[in-house]
Amino acid sequence: MTRTIGLDVDGEAVRIEIDVRTTLLDALRERLGHTAPKKGCDHGQCGSCTVILDGRRHLTCLSLAVAHDGATVTTSRGLAALDEAPDAGPPADTAEPSSPSLPGADPADLPLHRVQQAFLDHDGLQCGYCTPGQVCSAVGALAELAAGQPSHVTDDLSGRPELSDAEIRERMSGNLCRCGAYAGIVAAVRQAAGS
Amino acid sequence: MTPFTYTRAHDPASAVAAVAGRPDAVFLAGGSNLVDHLKLGVATPGEVVDVTGLALTGIEDGSDGGLRIGAGVRNSDPAADARVRERYPVLARALLAGASPQIRHQASTAGNLLQRTRCVYFQDTTTPCNKREPGSGCSAIGGYERYAAILGASPACVATHPSDLAVALRVLDASVVVLGPDGERRLPFGELHRLPGDDPSRDTTLAHGELVTAVELPAPPPGARSTYVKVRDRASYAFALVSVAALLVPSDAGDPRDAAQVRLAFGGVAHVPWRATRAEEALTGVRLTDEAIDAAVELELEAATTSEGTAYKRAMLRGTVRAALRELSTGERTLR
Ligand SMILES: Cc1cc2nc3c(=O)[nH]c(=O)nc-3n(C[C@H](O)[C@H](O)[C@H](O)COP(=O)(O)OP(=O)(O)OC[C@H]3O[C@@H](n4cnc5c(N)ncnc54)[C@H](O)[C@@H]3O)c2cc1C
Ligand code: FES
Ligand code: FES
Repeated sequence: MTRTIGLDVDGEAVRIEIDVRTTLLDALRERLGHTAPKKGCDHGQCGSCTVILDGRRHLTCLSLAVAHDGATVTTSRGLAALDEAPDAGPPADTAEPSSPSLPGADPADLPLHRVQQAFLDHDGLQCGYCTPGQVCSAVGALAELAAGQPSHVTDDLSGRPELSDAEIRERMSGNLCRCGAYAGIVAAVRQAAGS
Repeated sequence: MTPFTYTRAHDPASAVAAVAGRPDAVFLAGGSNLVDHLKLGVATPGEVVDVTGLALTGIEDGSDGGLRIGAGVRNSDPAADARVRERYPVLARALLAGASPQIRHQASTAGNLLQRTRCVYFQDTTTPCNKREPGSGCSAIGGYERYAAILGASPACVATHPSDLAVALRVLDASVVVLGPDGERRLPFGELHRLPGDDPSRDTTLAHGELVTAVELPAPPPGARSTYVKVRDRASYAFALVSVAALLVPSDAGDPRDAAQVRLAFGGVAHVPWRATRAEEALTGVRLTDEAIDAAVELELEAATTSEGTAYKRAMLRGTVRAALRELSTGERTLR
């Protein structure tokens, strides 16, 4: 069975006809040429396929594309445009924010998102395969932290979580790095949170 | 993936009708479990009915001081909700201990409760598994048993239920609201999941086509404190080896360890989130010393069967219950 769906990917509106079995990851990579999100495990276990989907960080390997007809997707390639709205993030207990779409420019020509710059500044990568997922995840993590959402390591559920390395590690735990660049990743997220 | 048709349901009744009317139809919520099973060949539906368009996404105050969480609410939302954090910390903590932030944005309340076991043999279609293929045998018995059940298992199946959320809801005495072809019904949370017996293919008591629409939490007992402690093979992003949801109402007497009421549920030990009623009875009205806690857990585990692969769970459970109750009585946190 096939279906035609519309997506907004990194600021560009696209329509494609897909087999309903196609995952969002395969639609992006194989059908639309958006190879920024990576296929690491294809089973939800590594985070390398993370994008910002309708305002939240989200895996794309365990989602059927057809179930996300009309969605707005920001991959690491289009991330810089989100930096213009650094407050974008789900507030503590209400609806998610709308994610701003890119201007007409080619995302590759846009400046780096501050999270991406921080990854470069702190060597938060080695081979780089996990990095597109890491940076999207970090953008989501910072928005969630800014919105006061607790994590597993937050001691006081009633207060606002404070930024600490333990919080960063926990909030980034959905993204594995086979090169073990974790020390640099934590430093990068800390820098991006502070700037 | 085998071919299927995809339908997006626009109201609960038509979603129920679509699935109830076709034996090989399934509901699709966030997809974080079902899509994995489509890829693995564990699920081979002829029709997939997407329920994410149904308006089941609210977290609302109940009339009795409780809370109603819609079936489609994503796991990250109750975890961040101020009411949940204040009144049901065990629920917020259980959600935050599950999966990863990305998956929690994807996973729904109902999908979480109805996710299937993570038993490696269930997920591997090349091996016998009575849950996946009734009558084929259980590869886990005598095989890789690290995550296997020690309570309520049967010769046909030793799978455990993987949900953290379910363990918290079990201790909170929640109920589940279900819509079927004949209308709505409510069942106590403890009646949702079932032990494997000789039919491990069924995880729950729901009939085919029954749609979970909400979970309802009663108001917590006055003065109650609650928490969730989960032990895993790595610090995060892993399923429970064992976990403990605990609720404590301290007595008015001087020592903070004196309990007026204790409720306990265990994860990682059974085919269902396991309510430890025998341990609860032993601890109610008692001073929560390590000795008293160990004795109560041992009492609960009198019916347990362990193997080489699961023997560690006894001691781990004692330690985890100690940690949970110590956190609730004296505020001292030793495990998270
Ligand atoms: C790598 C990884 C790690 C994980 N770690 C954890 C963990 O530590 N703890 C934990 O608890 N979970 C964990 N999970 C599991 C995750 O929580 C579940 O996959 C998720 O909760 C399922 O929700 P969903 O909405 O995506 O369900 P789906 O995958 O859409 O559906 C799951 C099942 O529920 C049925 N269903 C869905 N909605 C309804 C409804 N309204 N009524 C009736 N039936 C319905 C579907 O038919 C299907 O059988 C992990 C998952 C992954 C991939
Ligand atoms: S490819 Fe999606 S989580 Fe690994
Ligand atoms: S940089 Fe190589 S996997 Fe992370």
